[in-house]
Amino acid sequence: MKTTIKKQLDNRITELFKQKKNGVLSIFCTAGFPNLNDLPLILQTLEESGVNMVEIGIPFSDPVADGETIQKSNKVALDNGMTLQLLFEQLKDIRKTVSIPLLLMGYLNPVMQYGVEAFCKQAAEIGIDGLIIPDLPVVEYTEFYKPIMDAFQLSNVLLVTPQTSKERIQYIDEQTDGFIYMVSSNSITGKAQGVSKEQLAYFERMNTLSLNNPRIIGFGISDAQSFGTACKFANGAIIGSAFIRALEVEGNLKENIGGFVKGIIGT
Amino acid sequence: MTYQVNSRGYYGNFGGAYIPEMLYQNVEELRQNYLEIMESPGFQQEFQQLLKDYVGRPSPLYKAERLSRKYDTNVFLKREDLNHTGAHKVNNTLGQILLAKRLGKQKIIAETGAGQHGVATATVCALMGMDCIVYMGSIDIERQKPNVERMKLLGAKVVPATSGSQTLKDATNEAMRHWINNPTDTHYIIGSVVGPHPYPDMVARFQSVISEEMRWQLEEQTGDELPTCIIACVGGGSNAMGAFYHYLNDPSVQLIGAEAAGHGISSGESAATTILGKAGVLHGSKTLLMQTPDGQVVEPYSISAGLDYPGIGPVHAHLHETRRAVFHPITDKEAMEAGLQLCKLEGIIPAIESAHALAVLEKITFDKDAVVVINLSGRGDKDLATYITYCG
Repeated sequence: MKTTIKKQLDNRITELFKQKKNGVLSIFCTAGFPNLNDLPLILQTLEESGVNMVEIGIPFSDPVADGETIQKSNKVALDNGMTLQLLFEQLKDIRKTVSIPLLLMGYLNPVMQYGVEAFCKQAAEIGIDGLIIPDLPVVEYTEFYKPIMDAFQLSNVLLVTPQTSKERIQYIDEQTDGFIYMVSSNSITGKAQGVSKEQLAYFERMNTLSLNNPRIIGFGISDAQSFGTACKFANGAIIGSAFIRALEVEGNLKENIGGFVKGIIGT
Repeated sequence: MTYQVNSRGYYGNFGGAYIPEMLYQNVEELRQNYLEIMESPGFQQEFQQLLKDYVGRPSPLYKAERLSRKYDTNVFLKREDLNHTGAHKVNNTLGQILLAKRLGKQKIIAETGAGQHGVATATVCALMGMDCIVYMGSIDIERQKPNVERMKLLGAKVVPATSGSQTLKDATNEAMRHWINNPTDTHYIIGSVVGPHPYPDMVARFQSVISEEMRWQLEEQTGDELPTCIIACVGGGSNAMGAFYHYLNDPSVQLIGAEAAGHGISSGESAATTILGKAGVLHGSKTLLMQTPDGQVVEPYSISAGLDYPGIGPVHAHLHETRRAVFHPITDKEAMEAGLQLCKLEGIIPAIESAHALAVLEKITFDKDAVVVINLSGRGDKDLATYITYCG
């Protein structure tokens, strides 16, 4: 059924997966957390520590797909005074110091209020490579959002879950670019621990589908062991809640980040 | 002009199914099956029988003589307050649990604000022998104690929503998170015409029994199925939708929604979504939403926990945009006065939610021969403490 010839986006995400087929470590952080202006330093430190890609969370008042840890970080960030406008301001010069792929991840409503086109334009201008908007349904994306995102060379990363049918996975593979975000289990973020038999079956099933896009596993990846397991079945993994928890620890932010990443991938 | 949902799940510019992929399978399963199940003879037979014998339908349409004299017009009350569990909510929970059974679900979850929907859900779960978890904001648990006790008596587990503002919006977030974590064996009974498609349409259809009865009851009592006007309170908007449903295509019938203005529209403590809201996405649909310019959802306020919601059903956003329905803001004080007046004039203690609809009589002057139907969506037993404090 792969008759459509898709125009490949050309950005840092597609470039990363050309260079690195395995063990891609992606980190999720919440903009404005733990302190309002920490984001640029966090991004720089992550890159220096050897992280391959970062998802920058846009805080939202009602993050329904997130567990307690990320909910709390959203609330702290909003209480700190984080806004989308301020986020763009903080990232204005980020490409002078950070060269790994950066994605913005957030719920649809703040994006909609900013204006989808203005949002994409601004994101592209500061050097953002992709977007993850979990509550933007595939059908709405395809019909209304895709042309705008494509025009700004922004990859829109779509999610699949253990419940997603084979046909739908293949459809999603056609619609998305950058990578496919494999939600590891039927769960909100920060919940699952370890890898179950059902999950292994799902990971293996994904492997047999010969998809166009690279795959990254997220949700429930928290340490070197779960990262290692995920990398056996996909091109890499995303760590979110566990990283947010590491940022909460008292002490020096840079050292905390460096220590956390070292704990996942060694030196 | 159509007021029904289209094949994409939209009412004009509002609606849709803005859900994370984790909920796609659940919502899609419902979307593909709800109409067929609801229209099947077996379902209808069981549903209608239970509405009659268990809920006590049809609910009376009562000509409120003394209230009519006071306003020099003809006021009829649709007595949803006389339903089992004391409000219109049970029409929907009964329908949804029968549907959930046919989808092979074993567990039920629900969100609740004032506790009326939680009680109605716990009730039908007891009736059907199904597990029931109700999410309720910690603050609402404190201010609606009797309903919490009722739910527990009925065998439900009440889980406090401790995130965010700890009210209805957060209870809904928690219920959605639970559903993401338990997608296969659980059905989520949403309590209003909100949420992703097909919920708004499904809930509207279950509540439409209200206006279905109104038509023949009015014909019987006035000789005309069509009233001049129908008034109902709107939080998410399920009782209003039930009361409007079979009149949407009768343009002579004025449809009026009463929204909770709290301490007043410009007080910063209000829940009048059609005035204070802007198009946005929350809890699965695109609708009018109270929010900051940055797109963060604003915490609403109303004396009535059942109207304390920052959004409105997408169908009401559409009725508002097309001006098929008109929405009036009613303050706490106006609602309380209207509620107390009904106690004295008609011997009926209304829910504070429903009292918002009654207060519209003070805002509009009706002709002497007009027929005004007010949907008395619930009874006020649960609100005794609030009434007593107000009078004190």
